[in-house]
Amino acid sequence: MSKRIDVNNLNIFYGDFHAVKDVSMVIEPKSVTAFIGPSGCGKSTFIRTLNRMHEVIPGARVEGEVSIDGQNLYGRGVDPVDVRRQVGMVFQRPNPFPTMSIRDNVLAGVRLNSKRMSRKAADELCEQSLRGANLWNEVKDRLDKPGSGLSGGQQQRLCIARAIAVQPEVLLMDEPCSALDPISTLAIEDLINELKSDYTVVIVTHNMQQAARVSDRTGFFNLEATGQPGQLVEFDDTQKIFNNPTKKATEDYISGRFG
Amino acid sequence: MSTPTRSPESDIHHSRMDDLSGIVPSPVRPTSDRPLLLIGLGAVAVWLVLWQVVGLHMVVGLVVGYLAFLLVSYLYYRAAGGQRVGLDIVVRWLVYAAFVCAVVPLISMLWTVIGQGLPLAFEWFFISTDMKGITGTHDQAYAAGEGPLVGGAGHAIIGTLIVTGLATVISVPIGMFTAIYLVEYGGKNALARGIRFLVDVMTGIPSIVAGLFAFALFTQIFGIRDAKMGLAGAVALSVLMIPTVVRNSEEMLRIVPNELREASLALGVPKWRTIAKVVLPTAASGLASGITLAIARVIGETAPLLVAIGFAREFNWNFLEGPMNTLAVYTYWMFTKPLSPAVIEPSQERAWAAALLLVILVVALNLLARFIAKIFAPKSGR
Repeated sequence: MSKRIDVNNLNIFYGDFHAVKDVSMVIEPKSVTAFIGPSGCGKSTFIRTLNRMHEVIPGARVEGEVSIDGQNLYGRGVDPVDVRRQVGMVFQRPNPFPTMSIRDNVLAGVRLNSKRMSRKAADELCEQSLRGANLWNEVKDRLDKPGSGLSGGQQQRLCIARAIAVQPEVLLMDEPCSALDPISTLAIEDLINELKSDYTVVIVTHNMQQAARVSDRTGFFNLEATGQPGQLVEFDDTQKIFNNPTKKATEDYISGRFG
Repeated sequence: MSTPTRSPESDIHHSRMDDLSGIVPSPVRPTSDRPLLLIGLGAVAVWLVLWQVVGLHMVVGLVVGYLAFLLVSYLYYRAAGGQRVGLDIVVRWLVYAAFVCAVVPLISMLWTVIGQGLPLAFEWFFISTDMKGITGTHDQAYAAGEGPLVGGAGHAIIGTLIVTGLATVISVPIGMFTAIYLVEYGGKNALARGIRFLVDVMTGIPSIVAGLFAFALFTQIFGIRDAKMGLAGAVALSVLMIPTVVRNSEEMLRIVPNELREASLALGVPKWRTIAKVVLPTAASGLASGITLAIARVIGETAPLLVAIGFAREFNWNFLEGPMNTLAVYTYWMFTKPLSPAVIEPSQERAWAAALLLVILVVALNLLARFIAKIFAPKSGR
C-alpha cells in the first residue's frame, strides 16, 4: 500500500508568477520525507502538486512530471479525483467536518464517495482507522458526538484517521503540527513513525527538530531572493542534511544563521 | 535664541516623543447613579409642565425634556466624574433614544393591528368562507344590527399560501444554483461579475414593475383575457425573491471555510459531491433562514399581484386559471373599495382582520426561520 514518487523537472506557476522552479526528486516507498525551508519558499505549493490539490487555487498550473509507480499524475486523461484517492492529505489546521459526528468524519471519505457498506464493515473500518491514528481509546465512547468538540490535537488525529480510512498509497502532511501544543505534536510524531510501516509519508514542517526526529530523508527549499521562484536546494538523508550538508545555504538555515 | 543646537533629526525625534507622552487618559472619578435618576425625574417634570401647563405638543415637550436631560446630565457628570464619564452618559442615552425611536413604530403597528383585527381574525367563518355573493346590502344590514357579519378571507389565505408557495418553488432552485455557481465555480470571472451586477440591479426593481413584467409575459402566452392567474403572480413574486435568495445564499456559502472543501477534495471526493455533501449541509442553517426571510419579504406584496393576478371574490384552487386573492390584496381592496360606500365599517373590520392574519403569517415564518437555523446549526457539544 505504498508507492514510490518520481518528480521530474517540476515547475509550478500561479498565473504569471513562477512559484517553484525545476524540482526533481525521488521519494521512496515506506519512508518519511520532510521538507523544510523558510516561509514562502514553495514547500506547501510543492506538496500540493503531489495530489493535484493546487488546482483548487485559481490560476495555478504545473509543468513537468510527477509519477507514482510510473504513472504520470499529469498525464492526459488522468482524473484529479482518482489521484486524490491514492494520495491523501492532512492540512495545517485540523478541519473535521462540523456537521458530522466523529464516526461519520472517519467514514466521510467512503460515504461521500457513496460506497455502500454494511454497518459491520463501517464499524470495523472506523475502529481500524481510529486505532491507526492512535485516537481509538480516547473517543471510543463518544463516536456519535461532533468531531468539532475534540481538542486540537485530537481533531488533527481525527483528520489523519479520516485520511487513512480511504486507504491511500501516500499520505501528505502540510505542517500538521503547527497549530498544536508540544504534547499533541509528540502524539502526531509517534503516529508518523507508525504510519511509515504502511504508507509513504511526505511532511512539510517549519520545525527543524521535527524534521530531524521523524524523517528519513529531508529536502531543503529556499528562495534566491524575494520574487524569485523557490528551489529545492538540497535533498538527502536526514542525517546527512543535519550533520554534514553539502550546500552553504542549507548549513546556514539549519544552524539558524539566516531566516 | 538660547535653544541648544540640535540636529534636525533628533529634533523630530524628540517632538514625536513629547506628543506620545502627552497622551494621558483623562482622569475618571467615581460617580453614583442617583443624580442621573434625579435629573431624569426633573426632565419628566419639565416635559409634563411643557405639555400640560404651557400647552406645547406632547412630542415637542418630550424632545425638549430629553435634550434638557442630556445637557444637564452631561454637565453634571463631567463636573463630577470627568470628561469621559460625561460623554459616556450622553452617548449611552443617545443610543437608548435611537433604539426607542426604532422600536416605537413597530410596537405601535402591532398594537393597532392586533387591537383592530383581533376579534374577527380568529372567527371560524372569517377564516373558512369567501366573499362570494356578499354585497353592500349585507353590510348595511349588519351595521343596522339586523344581521350577522358575513364574508371572509378564506380564499385570500389559500391564495397567499398557493402563490407564495409557488414563488418559493420557482425561486429557491434558481437562486440557490446561481449562488452555488457564483461561489463554487464562477469566482471572479466575467460571467460571475456580470451575474452579481444583474442580481444587484434586480434587487432594486420596483415591485410594480415585476408585476407588469409577469402580466406582459402571460399576456403574450395566453392572451389578454386569460392572462390573470396565480402562476403569473408567482412569477412576479419570484422576480422579487430570486435576488434576495441569491444574495443570502451567496453570503452563507462564502462563509463555509475553504478548509472543509479542501478536506473533502483531498479525500478524493468529486467537486459536485463536495458541494452537495459538505458545503451545503454546513451552510444549511443559514440557507434555510435566508430563504424563509425571503418568503417573508414577498408574502406581503400587493402591487405586483394586483396587476398579475387581479382580485377574486371566491375560492380558486387552480393557479393556472382565473384570478386569485391574497391577504395583502384583500386588505387593500376592502380598505379602498368598501362593499357599501355608505357603511364602510364592516369592510374595514375585514381589512384589519386580514392584515392581522398576514402579520401572524410573517411572524410565524420568522420564528420558523430561527427554529430551522437552530436545527441545522453545526453542533459543537462535547
